[in-house]
Amino acid sequence: MAVASRCNERRSVSQTKLEPGAAAGDAGSLLSVEDLHVHYALRGGVLSRFFGSEQGSVKAVDGVSFALRRGEVLGVVGESGSGKTTLGRAILRSVPVTAGKIHFEGRDITDLSESQVRPLRRRMQMVFQDPNAALNPAMDLLTAVGHPLRIHGENDPDRIRAAVVDSLERVGLVPTEQFLHKYPSDLSGGQKQRAVIARAIILGPDLLVADEPVSMLDMSVRAKILELMLELKRDLGLSYVYVTHDLATAKFFCDTIAIMYLGRIVEYGPAEEIYADPKHPYTQSLLKAIPEPDPTKSIPRDLPRGEIPDAARPPLGCSFHPRCAKAFEICGWESRDLRDLLERHWVVHREDEFEQERRIVGDIALLDEPRLTATVPAGTGHSGQDIVAMLDRIKTDDPHEPMWSGVRAVEDAGASARVDFREDCIDPPLYDVGKQRVACLLFRPEE
Amino acid sequence: MTLIDGELPPPSDTVLTVRDLKVWYGTARGAVRAVDGVSFDLRRGETLGLVGESGSGKSTLGRGVLGLLPDAAKITGEVRFRDRDLVTMRKRDLRSLRGPELGLIFQEPMTRLNPLMRISDHFFETLHTHERGLSKEQMRRRALDTLGAMGIPPTRFANYPHEFSGGMRQRIMIALALVLNPAFVVADEPTTALDVLVEAQIIQILSDIKRNFDTAILLITHNLGIIAEACQRVAVMYAGRIAEQGDARAVFSHPAHPYTRELLASTISLSTTELHYIPGAPPDLIDPPSGCRFHPRCPDAMRVCPIRRPPTVTTELNQKVDCWLHGPDELIPDGGREPLQREAIGVADEA
Repeated sequence: MAVASRCNERRSVSQTKLEPGAAAGDAGSLLSVEDLHVHYALRGGVLSRFFGSEQGSVKAVDGVSFALRRGEVLGVVGESGSGKTTLGRAILRSVPVTAGKIHFEGRDITDLSESQVRPLRRRMQMVFQDPNAALNPAMDLLTAVGHPLRIHGENDPDRIRAAVVDSLERVGLVPTEQFLHKYPSDLSGGQKQRAVIARAIILGPDLLVADEPVSMLDMSVRAKILELMLELKRDLGLSYVYVTHDLATAKFFCDTIAIMYLGRIVEYGPAEEIYADPKHPYTQSLLKAIPEPDPTKSIPRDLPRGEIPDAARPPLGCSFHPRCAKAFEICGWESRDLRDLLERHWVVHREDEFEQERRIVGDIALLDEPRLTATVPAGTGHSGQDIVAMLDRIKTDDPHEPMWSGVRAVEDAGASARVDFREDCIDPPLYDVGKQRVACLLFRPEE
Repeated sequence: MTLIDGELPPPSDTVLTVRDLKVWYGTARGAVRAVDGVSFDLRRGETLGLVGESGSGKSTLGRGVLGLLPDAAKITGEVRFRDRDLVTMRKRDLRSLRGPELGLIFQEPMTRLNPLMRISDHFFETLHTHERGLSKEQMRRRALDTLGAMGIPPTRFANYPHEFSGGMRQRIMIALALVLNPAFVVADEPTTALDVLVEAQIIQILSDIKRNFDTAILLITHNLGIIAEACQRVAVMYAGRIAEQGDARAVFSHPAHPYTRELLASTISLSTTELHYIPGAPPDLIDPPSGCRFHPRCPDAMRVCPIRRPPTVTTELNQKVDCWLHGPDELIPDGGREPLQREAIGVADEA
C-alpha cells in the first residue's frame, strides 16, 4: 500500500534561502531567520506515555526563512494556527527553537542561554495584542513603564522617572504628570496600548515584534495607534515584525509581507506587489474575504471551503490543496479528501441520496488515515461494486471537482472499493515569481 | 425636507417594536445608562445590523430586548413582540418564548455547547422541550435539515462539540437557534472569534438565512464591513443611543450623522487610502455629555448641540437621525447653528 510519506517529502533547499542579498552577516540585515522550525511534541494519554508510543508533533513553525533590514516593517500575516505568533515569539527567543538559525545584527542568537539572551532583550521587544492583559492592574504607569529599566539593573528613581516621562511623551500620553500615577483601569483601550508601547520602547530597542497590536481596539482608534507606530519608526529608527491576521491594516504598515499557512510561508514579497498581484490562491482568497464597508460590493461566493486543517496531521502535498479551487493533479490528493468529498456531497443531496448512499459505505472514518490508496469499505449488504457506481454518480454530478484530477483509478475490490491517487504529488517549495516567492505548483518552473 | 418623527404606527409585517428602551446598571460610582432611549422596528425576515464601538451599549441592548439582563440592571420602555410587552412580561412566560420564538447566537460557540453531549442530543433536547410530540425520526429530520442548510454534513450528527472546528461550531450554534424557526434572533458578534475566511463563510450563511427562514435577525457587530455584507438595514449606536438608522445602502452612501460618517472613514479596509480616526474617546456613561452625546468629538458641532438633545428626524432617504444638522429649524434657538467653540481635545482625553 502506498503510504503517506510518498509525496510528503517536505522542504526543498530552495525554500530555505529567501533573501540572498540579505543573508546572515549582511550589514543591512537587522534580523535574519533561516529554515526555522518550532515543533511541539504531542503528549497522549497516560497509557501511551507509559508505553512510550509515538505521538508525533505539531510543527507550529515548519521551515521559515526571511530577512529584515533596518528600518523595515515585515508583516507576518496568517489565520489562527498558521504559526505567526509562535514565529514572533521564537524570534525573541521566548519559545524554544527546534531547528534553524536566527541572526540578529549578524550574530547567531539561536543557541544563546537565557542569561546571554537577556541583554539582547534591550534591543528586541514585544508589543502584545491585549493591552488589558499586558499591563499589571496593580502597577501605575510609572512602575509599569519603568519596569524593564529595573529588570536591566537601573535603580535610580530619578533616572527611571525621567526615562518614563520621555517614553510617555513619545507615545503621546501627555501631559505626562497626569498619567504617571494612573492605573490601567483608569485608561481607555487606546491609552493602554500606548502605555504598552511606551514600555516596549523605554530600553531603546531596534526591533519591535508587534503581535496584533490594534485588533483589540475600536475602529475609531486603530488608525491612531498605527500612526503612532509609524511615527516611532521614523523618529527612533525602529524596525517591526508586524504579526496580524488583518491584511487591511498590514497594507498601511508593511514594506514586506509574508503570508503564512500551517507553519510555512506560502507567499513572500514586497507589500505593493502582493496587494496588486497576489499569486498564491490562499493570498487571493484572504484578500477577497475582507468585508468592505460598502453594501454595493460583496464577498465573492467562491471562498475556499473548509477550515485550516489539523497542524498535527497536515494534508499531503500542498497544505492548502483541500481548500483550493485551483488545485490540480499533483497537489497532494489523498484519502482524507475523499471523505470530505463524500460529506460535501451528502450536505447538498441530503434528502434524496444521503439516507440511501450512507448505507452503501461502511465506516468512513477509515479514510481519516492519510493514504494514497484509499480503501472504502462497503456497508452491510453492499459490495465494492456499489461504491464504484456511487462514486461514478458523484463524479458525473460534479465533474469539475478538482479532487478527481488526482485520482488514477477507482476499482471494485470485493468487500470494498479502492481509490488510487496519483503518487507524483509534490509539496511545493517557494518558487521565484517576479519579485515574489510563492509556494504553489501553479508556478513550478518547467523542467 | 425633514419631518419630526411622531408616533408613527409600525408597518404591518413588524415582528418586534422597541420604543424608548432604557437600561441602567448600578455601580459604586453611580448609575451607568448603558441604553438610553432606543427605538427601532424589525420586520419579518429582515436583518438589522446594530453597529457600535465597545461601550456603546449594543450588547446590553441585544440582551435587554430578550430579557436576558442580570438582576442588577433596570429596564424601562417597551419591547413589543406579537402584541405582548417583553419588558413587563413575567419571567416564566418570557422563558417559554425563548427558543421557539426568540433566539440568541453568541460570540463564543464553544462555551455554549455542552462538551459532554453529542450534537444530536443538543437538537433532541431543544426539539423535545419546545415541540413535544415529535417522533425521534421527525426530530432527526428537522435537525439534519437545519444543519445541512448551515453546511454541516449529516455524517457528523453524532459527534461531540470538541470534534468540530470553530467555524463548524458556530454553524451548529446558528442551526440550534434556528431549528425551532423562531421569529426573532439576536446574533451578538457571531464572527468575532473566527478567522478571516471562516468569518466570511459565516457572514454569507447569515445573509442567506432569509432564503430559508422567516427569522428576523438583530446582528450586533463592531464591523461595518459585516453590516454591509449581511444587513438590509443598519442602526448606528453611540453612547447608549441610536445616532442614525436606515436602509444600509443609504446610510453607507449618504451617512446623515457625523458619527456614522467619521466611523466609516475610520474603518480600515483594502480600499482605504488614508488613515483616519475620531479624536477623543467614547464618553463615560455615568456622566455623559449634555445634549447630543457626540458633540465633544463632532467636527460639525454647533452651539445648540451641547444644549439640547436632538430629536429624531427623518431624512429624504428615509434615514432616521438624531442630529441638529438636520434640524428641525424651529427648535434651534437663534445663533444655534454657529460653530461650537471648544478647546482642542488633548491626548489626555483620548482613547
